[in-house]
This record gives sequence, C-alpha cells and structure tokens, in this order.
Amino acid sequence: MRNAFADEILQLALVDERIVVLSGDIGNRLFDKFKAAMPTRFYNCGVAEANMISLAAGLASSGLRPVCYTITPFVTTRCLEQIKLDVCYHNMPVTIVGTGSGLSYAALGSTHHSFEDLAIMRSLPGMNVLAPADAPELRAAMRWVFAQNQSAYLRIGKKGEPVLTEEAAFMVGRWQRLRTGSSATLLACGTILSEVLAAADLLAKDDIQATVWNCASVKPLDLEALAHLGSSPVFSIEEHSVLGGFGSAVAEFLSGRTNPPRLIRIGIPDEFLHDCGEQEEARVYCGLDAASLARRIAAEIA
Amino acid sequence: MTADLETRAREIRFRLIRMSHEAQSAHLAGALSCVDLLVALYWRILKIDPANPAGPNRDRLIFSKGHAVSALYVTLAKLGFFPEENLARYNQHGASLPEQPCPQMTPGVEWATGSLGHGLGVGLGIAIASSIQQNPHSTFVLVSDGECQEGSVWEAAMLAPKLKTGPLTVLVDFNGWQATGRSRDIMQMEPLAEKWTTFGWDACEIDGHSMPEILSALVKPRDHRPRAIIAHTTKGKGASFIEDDNNWHYRSPSAEEVKKAAQELGIAQ
Repeated sequence: MRNAFADEILQLALVDERIVVLSGDIGNRLFDKFKAAMPTRFYNCGVAEANMISLAAGLASSGLRPVCYTITPFVTTRCLEQIKLDVCYHNMPVTIVGTGSGLSYAALGSTHHSFEDLAIMRSLPGMNVLAPADAPELRAAMRWVFAQNQSAYLRIGKKGEPVLTEEAAFMVGRWQRLRTGSSATLLACGTILSEVLAAADLLAKDDIQATVWNCASVKPLDLEALAHLGSSPVFSIEEHSVLGGFGSAVAEFLSGRTNPPRLIRIGIPDEFLHDCGEQEEARVYCGLDAASLARRIAAEIA
Repeated sequence: MTADLETRAREIRFRLIRMSHEAQSAHLAGALSCVDLLVALYWRILKIDPANPAGPNRDRLIFSKGHAVSALYVTLAKLGFFPEENLARYNQHGASLPEQPCPQMTPGVEWATGSLGHGLGVGLGIAIASSIQQNPHSTFVLVSDGECQEGSVWEAAMLAPKLKTGPLTVLVDFNGWQATGRSRDIMQMEPLAEKWTTFGWDACEIDGHSMPEILSALVKPRDHRPRAIIAHTTKGKGASFIEDDNNWHYRSPSAEEVKKAAQELGIAQ
C-alpha cells in the first residue's frame, strides 16, 4: 500500500500544485520520484512529528494541501494535541497518513503497534477516518480526499496486501457488499478484509453463508448499510483494539436502534502484546487470522 | 521618533488593567509584559489591513502565548479590527473575545493558542508556504519564556534554519516568570539567546520595553537565517504594584488599584 500511496500522491501532486508532502523521516527512497519532480513540495520534517503536524496546519492555512506521512503511532497518538488543535479546531485540510497500521509492524513491538488510532482519530470533530483495504481502494480514497477541503486520516498497511476491491467502488460514507449470505453479517474494516473474506470461504464450506461488507469509511459510517443489516448476528472485525474503534462506532449506531441485531466486536484484546513475530503470527495470536475468525463466528452463531 | 508608540503602549496597558478588573480575569501580568512588542509590531512593522483581516498577502503574527491574549485584543481594537466597545464584554458569555484566542470568533486573531508550544510550528508552516507560493509576506511568532520549555518549540527551531522560508521571526517575551515561579528556577532557561543561536537562528537580546531597541531588532537587515529576538521584559510592566510580583499571574485588580495604575501611567480618568 505504501508504494501505491507514493505513486498516487505523485500523480495527484503533478496536477494539483497545492499538494505538499511532509515525511517524519521515513519512506527511504519511497518519494524519490516526487522529490525529483517537485523539490519544493517535499519536506522531510525529521524525527519531530508534533512540529510536522503544526507545520502542516500552517501550510494549509495559506491554501496548501499538506500530507503528513509516517508510521501510525507517531503520526497519531504522539502528536494528538497538534492534530486536535492545529488541524481539527482550525478546520485545516491536512491529510494524515498512518503507514504500517495495526499489526503491520508486529515484530517491532508495542512502540510500533497501533491499536488505538481509530478510536482517537474518530473522536476529533471534522476528521474523516478512512481505512482502505488495499492499494486500489487507497488510491480512490486519496482522490476523494484531495477533491474535498477537509481533514482526513488514512490508516494504511505496509506492502504486499492482496488486491480485493475495485478502485471505482470506493465512496466515503458507503461500504461495499462483497458477499451475500443470511447466516451472519461480517463488517471488515481495513486490511483485515483479506482474512475476513478467507474466513467467509471457510464458513461457506460448512454451509454457513455470510454477508461481507468492506467498511473502509469509519467516519462517516455507512448509515444506510447499518440501518439495513437484517437480523442475523453482526460481527465487526478490525485490526485495532476492541475498545473505541470501528466496532465501537457500529455499537454506538446500533445502540440507538429498536431491536438491533446482535453485535460481536472482534479485534485486538484490551492488552499490550508481548510476543515476537510477524503480522501473520500476531493475527493468529489475536484470533484475527481467517481460521480463528471462522471458528469464532461459527461458535457465536451456533 | 517613538513617543507616539510609548503613549499608545501606556494607553493599552491601562485598558488591560481596567479590563482585567471588569472581567475579573487572570493573566494580566503576562499581557502587560508584551505590550511594547505588540505596539512596535502593529504600528510600525506588520503589513495588515483591519478592513481585510484575512487578505492573503498580509503579514502574520501568531500570538502563541495565548493566555496573554487580552493584550492582543486591546491592540486589535485600537487598530480598528473590531469596535473598541467590544472590549467591555471581554471574556463574557456570548461575546466575541474569549479568554484564550480563537480566530473563528475574533477578526485579526490568526491562531487559537493557549496550549503552549504550537505557534512556532504553525508559523514555520506559514513561512514555508510564503516561499512555495512566492508570496513575500513576513511571519512573526510571539512566545513566552515558559513556553520555551515545550519540546515542540525546539522541534520547530531545529528545522526552520534548514528550510527555504519567507521571513520568519520569533519574539520571546522573556519576563522571567511562569505560572508558579521564576522560569530560571524551574528549567535551565539561560542562556536563552545562545540556545537559539546554536540552533541556527540569528538571535539577539534586547530590552523588551525599549521601543528603539525593539524596532531596530525588527528592521535589521536579514541574512538567510530565521530571527529570534529575546526581549527581556518585566512581568506586570506598567504598574509598580504588579511588576515582578507573580501573584498577578492569576489575580485581577480592584477598583482602587485601577485608579492607582491610572496615576502611574499618566492616564486621565
């Protein structure tokens, strides 16, 4: 996804001269083409993320469209107050890109994990929160972001995510239904979609047919889809804490409905991980791999 | 040459003292310490138009020590950004002058500050934009000495000299105090000018109550470096009973004390 980000921002900036890329000393070689094409519109802001966000807000106040790019925890929780005040309170159209979100950098430990970014970012007024599932959806989300004049948080993976979506299908506030079935509804948020689709395949072998939604738009939610979920159990699935994130947003919506369907929130437990291993292993540890998901879903609806 | 500015500074100081009494609001002393800096900037340096406060070519002043914003309000009112009678409703519910600055509510206020350490980064962004857009306006950021304890100030300070920017100046209102004590007793503030110099800034130290010194530091020819003006000031400047007494970080004056201040400042009541 990060290569798709670098290529798409290059293409966008070639035609939109307001776009300025700020990096927190990350993306080695990733932005070489951008820097060569537009040397005055790329700034490595160093290992100083709080200043990068304030600086971006200053750029935006003069009519530019800055993008802040670094590893998820460093561009969200580390500089939260700058995002809250300098970006959101001033309605500055700053785009914040958290790369390597969730368990992407599982091996690097809790310093590089981000299980709370959705919770925190969606609590900020005016902030759009988008978690595209793959590279085509990221590109489409970026095109939407730069066609608006609003702040946005893009939660992305690292590299090599399988392509699961069609580029043209992304719309903010609209989810895509990828499978239809009557036994369960699976709401997949972000790059975990690949595991959710594989889980749906496993369930289908046992004659459990699930509806699968790709829910890249976390804020705003797809209120239309949520209002017509039906009565079978609903599972929110995210590579994020079970507290405060996508599943909580769904729960907030359903709590206001009469006779809502049962909601089971699946995500990372409310604890830090103390384990070595790559993203795949961490997903298994957290019960977020396809097999674990299928087992959990089958057990919940039995 | 600067007598008109000095008169104006006295008027503003008295209005501030009266406002603090009327609104029973805090942070009077830190507002009084930066009045001369504001007067020099707004009446001699900044290219601004009160009739068009958001014009794209205006010079920007980011008032980063947001707790002292009453000083900015009186300045902006006297310049005609909004009617002076608005000052009578400072810090009142439903009025347009909140206790900490908010640009959506008050014409001429550039940025919502009050959480310290944000203004320099924002100002740096604005100064970079002026270079990218080839819009040659100047950017000024007024910070407090206590504010220089925020790490984010030094993030911006370390980055700015490496970048191509429009003219960028930080003014440190070095009144020597912060909320609960002398700033030098709380953190290693000194040598403050040297800190900025070693970070790559063109730094100087001045008497922040001397109009000639303030103006000469502001108009001095520039090299490629951003400029830092360390303005030594007195917290509570203007009324002997407020000066250098940190109780006035929070307290507000009585009617009797307002009268006393008027006498000391030579304001007819």
